[in-house]
Amino acid sequence: MNNISKIIIPLFVLLIILYGFFKKVNVYDTFLEGAKEGLIMVFHITPTIVAMVFAINIFLESNFLEGALSFLRPIFTLINIPMNILPMAILRPISGSASLAIMNDIFNLFGPDSFIGRLASTLQGCTDTTIYVLALYFGSIKVTKTRYALPVGLFADLMGIIAAFIVTFIFFG
Amino acid sequence: MVNKIWAFLIFMAISYSLLTGNIETINTGILTHATSGVNLVLEMMPLIILWTGIMKIAEASGLLKIFSRLLNPLLSKLFPSLKKDHPALGYIASNIAANMLGLGSAATPFGLKAMEELEKDNPKKDTATEAMITFLVLNTAGVTLIPTTVIALRLMHGSKNPTEIIITSVIATAISSISGLTLDYFIRRRKRHE
Repeated sequence: MNNISKIIIPLFVLLIILYGFFKKVNVYDTFLEGAKEGLIMVFHITPTIVAMVFAINIFLESNFLEGALSFLRPIFTLINIPMNILPMAILRPISGSASLAIMNDIFNLFGPDSFIGRLASTLQGCTDTTIYVLALYFGSIKVTKTRYALPVGLFADLMGIIAAFIVTFIFFG
Repeated sequence: MVNKIWAFLIFMAISYSLLTGNIETINTGILTHATSGVNLVLEMMPLIILWTGIMKIAEASGLLKIFSRLLNPLLSKLFPSLKKDHPALGYIASNIAANMLGLGSAATPFGLKAMEELEKDNPKKDTATEAMITFLVLNTAGVTLIPTTVIALRLMHGSKNPTEIIITSVIATAISSISGLTLDYFIRRRKRHE
């Protein structure tokens, strides 16, 4: 499976270059033109990324989430599911690297083939970082009125998280 | 909305740190995490420049148009407000394809480019269009068929069957995308009736 995804990028680049060459496009000059647009794009997204990364990182380091969720600990002990999964589910829409770090901890503590290890894997694989993607994509074109985008995105995340719990339970529970 | 979340994150981080006496951590955090953001930009920059350059060739040669035409039956249902040959569609198709294959780093430049094309014929420049929102919902639901990072990490931690979670991820991701798109569809339909 990993080899398939490894060969796709080289083949994709090869196809684009060959097809462009065959269609008599000046591939080098066109590349430079596009790359310049890319550089301007980077310039436009820098403030958004700095703002989001800053807020997310200081939020994570304050340990507010662990504190706020500690009152739920008895319930998790009762149903025999390690507590670690909850901050991961909450952080998944905010920060991909934070939820990945928690998944890594879960693998270290319980192993990847434990129930919670499989649940964490499914959670990580089933959705993307909604808030970050939204801020980045809208920030890059300076759209500030995002209308119903965030509620719908978070709704999709919530359904994905619920589905991850149920599906993992059905398959591996 | 992003405005509120951003303010909430910072407010909670600082007040909770002060209350729990973590002054050292929050102080260092504020002073160092602008660097973390710039580092992330620097990490992304090479790939964004490379992919926007390569995709420009695909655009100029007409390959991108062929690609979006292949996915047209699906795309025209998802984006009824876009014309059949809208320049954003090729990038949307590439973005979805890259996400599905778990090539997240390639997906971002395509997505940014798609937003740029959608913004070109947006009558209200500061307001999101229907097509933009549908695209974002599709994107944030993360339609991933091969979660490469997760599989790599499972392998690293000695899993006996690192790919067994593909099936559960795909089902969960499908449920997430379908619920997001359904809600998006009903909101659009209601807005039109108003």
